[in-house]
Order: sequence, then C-alpha cells, then structure tokens
Amino acid sequence: MGSPRSDLGERTGPRAGDELSPSTVAAVKVVVVGGFGVGKTTLVGAVSEIRPLTTEETMTQASVGVDDIAGVEGKTRTTVAMDFGRISLNDELVLYLFGTPGQERFWFLWKGLFEGALGAVVLIDTRRLEVSFDVLGRLEDRGVPFIVAVNCFPDAPPHPLEAIREALDLEPSVPIVECDARSRASSRDTLLVLMRYLYDLTAATQER
Amino acid sequence: MSGTGARPGGAGGPARRGWPDGAPERLYVVGAAEGPPAERAPLDLVTLVVTRPGAKPGAHPEHGAILRLCAGPLSIAELSAYLSLPASTVTVLVAELVEDGRVEARAPMSATAHPVALLEAVMDGLSKI
Ligand SMILES: Nc1nc2c(ncn2[C@@H]2O[C@H](COP(=O)(O)OP(=O)(O)O)[C@@H](O)[C@H]2O)c(=O)[nH]1
Ligand SMILES: [Mg+2]
Repeated sequence: MGSPRSDLGERTGPRAGDELSPSTVAAVKVVVVGGFGVGKTTLVGAVSEIRPLTTEETMTQASVGVDDIAGVEGKTRTTVAMDFGRISLNDELVLYLFGTPGQERFWFLWKGLFEGALGAVVLIDTRRLEVSFDVLGRLEDRGVPFIVAVNCFPDAPPHPLEAIREALDLEPSVPIVECDARSRASSRDTLLVLMRYLYDLTAATQER
Repeated sequence: MSGTGARPGGAGGPARRGWPDGAPERLYVVGAAEGPPAERAPLDLVTLVVTRPGAKPGAHPEHGAILRLCAGPLSIAELSAYLSLPASTVTVLVAELVEDGRVEARAPMSATAHPVALLEAVMDGLSKI
C-alpha cells in the first residue's frame, strides 16, 4: 500500500500476505492457557497463518488482594505480553488464538480476553500438573467451556489420559487429549476437539 | 476481577448489538435488534477495524497510524502488536475514531449469537488448514 514504514521504527504493519481478506466481517477467539513453557506459543504458531504477534496489556489497580504482584503499596502496574495468531476460516470469518499465562497474578488479563471467547484449551505439562489447578477452577467458576490438551514432552513420563483426568479432577464430560504443539495437524485437531465439544454443549442446551 | 460472577455470554451478558451506523450484520447474527439501540458493543481484542473511505488522518499521529493500517480490516490485537501500544490504549484510540465516524468496527462473534452455524463454520474452516 506504499505506506511509509521505515520512519516508524517498531511501528510496522502486516507483512506482505499477512493482511486479512477485505471481505472478513467477523472474528471469533479461542484462548490457549497454561503455565510458562508449556507450549502455548508453539501451538499458536503451529496453526497460525501469520507469524505469532504480541500484544501487551497493562493494568493499574490497587494492590489490595494482589499479593502476588510485587510493587509499592497503593497502585500497581503490571504489563503482560500475550502471543496470538490467526486463522482465516472462510472469506468472512477469522479465528484468533491467544496464548495467555495461567498463573493467578495474570488473571487481570482475562476479563477482556474470555468475554466473547468461544472457549479455551488448557495446555498442560504432566511434569507440572499443579500449575493448572488454579486455571481449571477459575474457568469452571467463570463458566468458560474448555478442553484439556496434554502437551507431550519427550522427557515426561507417560501417563494415561484417564489418570491425568483424575489427578486434575476433571468432569467426565470435559475432553482431554494428547497434543504435540509443534505439529500443525495435532494442534488443529486439538482445536477441532474443542469445537466439537462446544457444538455438543450447544446442542444439549438447545434440546432443553 | 470484578467478582460479578456473570457467565460470559449468559443471559443479560454483553450481547452484541452491532454498531448503530450500519456495520455488516449478516453472517450468523441473530437477535441483533434486542436491547437499547444506543448501546454500542464494547470494543474487543478481536473487533475488526476498517478505515472508512475518505477518512481524514487528523492531527493525532496514532489516529493516522491506525487509519493507515486499517485500509483493510485488522483486529485491535493486531493494531496493538504493530503499533507497540497496549491493547487498552488502542481501544481508546479506536473508540475515538469510531465516534468520529472515521473507522468502522466489526464486532466479534460469540457462540451465543447463533452457535450452531457459527461452530459449524469454525469446524469447517479449521478442517481445511
Ligand atoms: N518436545 C516438545 N517440545 C515442545 C512442545 N511444545 C513446545 N515445546 C518446546 O517447549 C518450549 C516452550 O514452548 P513455548 O511455546 O514457548 O511455551 P509457552 O511459554 O507456553 O508459550 C519451547 O522450546 C518449545 O520448542 C512439544 O509438544 N514437544
Ligand atoms: Mg509463550
């Protein structure tokens, strides 16, 4: 489009080919949530049609009740980066995938993130199961539909999915799948499991 | 952490009502006429922003940058990434441009709109990648 980019330093724009189709009228979003290093960015990058981008969010809030955040008493400012990617689903509809850390101190991000989200993939590493406990409880409390994807790291001892389900105290209806976040097909299939689950939930609601 | 306990998309939740100024409302949208017409859908990370033809850049360089980037549709999240600005800042800037009529904002879809058709479209699109 001949826009002057060089004088904007960091302020670039979409790389050639990263523009959305002009006919795109609406977006949907899905959130990938999990601890650090669990493979969120890898999964997003595996299925995204663009190189994953990063958006930052800053929050200023009274530090009361946010004892996890180091800071002066009174107001606390926190900045968290979220990676995201994009999949054009058809000429009119685009899916955005956001990877967000699951630790409680980042929950301030969740308000704008989960509102309107179709659902979430909770990515877990069996070597650090406990980091997902809080996330699962929070999603349940908020009524965000989710599935659990076990990212299989080679040095992790193998666990049957049903044992993991039990360890996580998952509802029997919540799907749990294995995933290789580096694989496009595996990551896509994980998203399809989420969509199928949402579809079944919806159908069940409508029958009532 | 608002602590309202409101379920996303639950009854009385933030229903998408579309923009009063004629943004496209085809595709899976039902019940868009419910609720007070003056109430705008809140801007979301995945609200798509498009510059209206003939929009003047104005004096604010950030506005100008958004207008230039949004020659084609772009989400607020992408704007945030490309402009290296927090999404909350971009949201304020875009809201100003919406107010001025210089950009069109295409509200996101949530599964509460028309879930079956929407989810089918998502599954169909995903299975093709
Ligand atoms: N073996 C293996 N390594 C992975 C997998 N997914 C991610 N990794 C690696 O784990 C590291 C952390 O992944 P990343 O996506 O950055 O995690 P994030 O912090 O959740 O975004 C990277 O070095 C990845 O290459 C996986 O499925 N298998
Ligand atoms: Mg990451």
